[in-house]
Amino acid sequence: MSANASAVQARGLVKRFGDLRAVDGIDLDVPRGMIFAILGPNGAGKTTLMRMLATLLHPDDGSASVMGHDLATAPDQVRAEIAMTGQFASLDEDLTGRENLVMLAKLWGFRGAAARDRADQLLATFDLADAATKQVKDYSGGMRRRLDIAASLIVTPGVLFLDEPTTGLDPVARKSVWSMIRQLAGSGVTILLTTQYMDEADQLAARIAVIDHGKKIAEGTPRELKVATGSGFLHVAVADPARLDEAAALLENHLGGSVQRSVEGARLAVVAKTPHDANAALGAVIDAGIELSDFSMGSPSLDEVFFALTGKGKP
Amino acid sequence: MNGLTQVARPPAPSALSNALVFGWRAVLKFKHVPEQLFDLVMTPIMFTLLFTFVFGGALAGSPRDYLQIFLPGILVQTVIFNSVYSGMGLSGDLGKGLFDRFRSLPIWSLAPFAGLMVGDVLRHLIAGAIILTIGLLLGYRPEAGLLGVLASFAMLLTVGFGMGWIFIVLGLLIRTPMTVMTLGFSFLFPLVFASNIMVDPKTMPSWLRAFVDVNPVSTMTTALRGLMAGTATWEQIGSALIAPAIITALLAPVTIWLYRRQ
Repeated sequence: MSANASAVQARGLVKRFGDLRAVDGIDLDVPRGMIFAILGPNGAGKTTLMRMLATLLHPDDGSASVMGHDLATAPDQVRAEIAMTGQFASLDEDLTGRENLVMLAKLWGFRGAAARDRADQLLATFDLADAATKQVKDYSGGMRRRLDIAASLIVTPGVLFLDEPTTGLDPVARKSVWSMIRQLAGSGVTILLTTQYMDEADQLAARIAVIDHGKKIAEGTPRELKVATGSGFLHVAVADPARLDEAAALLENHLGGSVQRSVEGARLAVVAKTPHDANAALGAVIDAGIELSDFSMGSPSLDEVFFALTGKGKP
Repeated sequence: MNGLTQVARPPAPSALSNALVFGWRAVLKFKHVPEQLFDLVMTPIMFTLLFTFVFGGALAGSPRDYLQIFLPGILVQTVIFNSVYSGMGLSGDLGKGLFDRFRSLPIWSLAPFAGLMVGDVLRHLIAGAIILTIGLLLGYRPEAGLLGVLASFAMLLTVGFGMGWIFIVLGLLIRTPMTVMTLGFSFLFPLVFASNIMVDPKTMPSWLRAFVDVNPVSTMTTALRGLMAGTATWEQIGSALIAPAIITALLAPVTIWLYRRQ
């Protein structure tokens, strides 16, 4: 496979901060035109990985290329191909939305009227025309994020890096950012995004890399990840939270896997290989006199996939 | 949705064009943050009036006579104090992640600093013009005339350029603008007050006088007085420029290294 087939290719990337190996040997292959999600909890190394790929941090080890340009030897060519929307709005708060875009358009080489036209086009597209002459510090979180993404699209990048694009947004703003990301991907832009929301990765990405403690612990399509964790998940809600441990022990006995529990709602989830196994385990719980308020059999949510992969959330 | 479709890329702009964009940003900042202008205008007015009328009689016989000595000094002081601003601005920009975007753009990597310089020059010119105007109204007379004033301002801009590096380096190291200011002033106050700006060093204890004599702020002030009066010697001008030259030679490479390091 030639390097050109990948939008982003990384081999053994390492970044240390003192004793901490924030990114600890990550390989990545992001095909062109794909939405690719890097999923992980806070502190997993997502942002550090992305900052290295965006030429903002030098890797301590390993190598990477973006759109066929090597990070180490051709950072300027990489910069010409990428745009990055960071976790915190990378905008000038004192300037208006329009001035921010005009400034960036001029930095890309648009002159005078062309820069203003490009800014106005983006403001219209991102539904910000009415707020064009307001200072960014008066923008809401959702408007800020839209402007931040617009600022990454002055020229259409080969790869767009989005670092936690919807963190801190309300559900409506979140949906609108999602639809924007889908439209962008539709126009051929490769999108590499980080997220700590399982549903976000599930909704948007064609492929997901799960990282934890600087290492990639799994990669695949959302479906593959779910299958790898176990085809069926038995979800059980216990009516009396005091008997949660007892129910968990019974399920574990019958099904063998480790039971994941969520405190709110006294819910348990466990892999059940067949409905027959699930039925037997449920029977044992009911026979023990533990009342269930709800149960269901289904494919695991990405939350459950993640917990199963990282081992977090076990009793 | 034409904002999302491919647009033809313009040809890559020159380094100068990049730098001018950052200069334009500095000008916009003046428009949008008038508070900064207020600070810039009020502080020198207050200093000039208070020192002239409170200390003038006691120190030089009359406010008018004091102004003749003090005015070049307050110009130096103002330029030095104002050189803190670009470091503060830089610190704020870095803290907000704005520079991450600039650094991931294919632009001349030092262009953002050129923008800071433009902001600095504007600040120095505005504050300098205000102080000079007040001085002229109160009876200050630069004996070397317009030429002397122009030469003085050229020297002030050079001094400001040199001092600015100190705060740009601080701004790159410290992520809170207020800390940059506090650190900056705790270093600048003794430097500015233990100089010949306000008082003739002859009245000071000998250990202090020894410091005042070698303090770069004193040599800058002496040179500026000379330029305004038309009596400056090349030696005075040269020694006033030593500190800015050394600071630039040392800290400009440090700035570039710090900026590219991460």
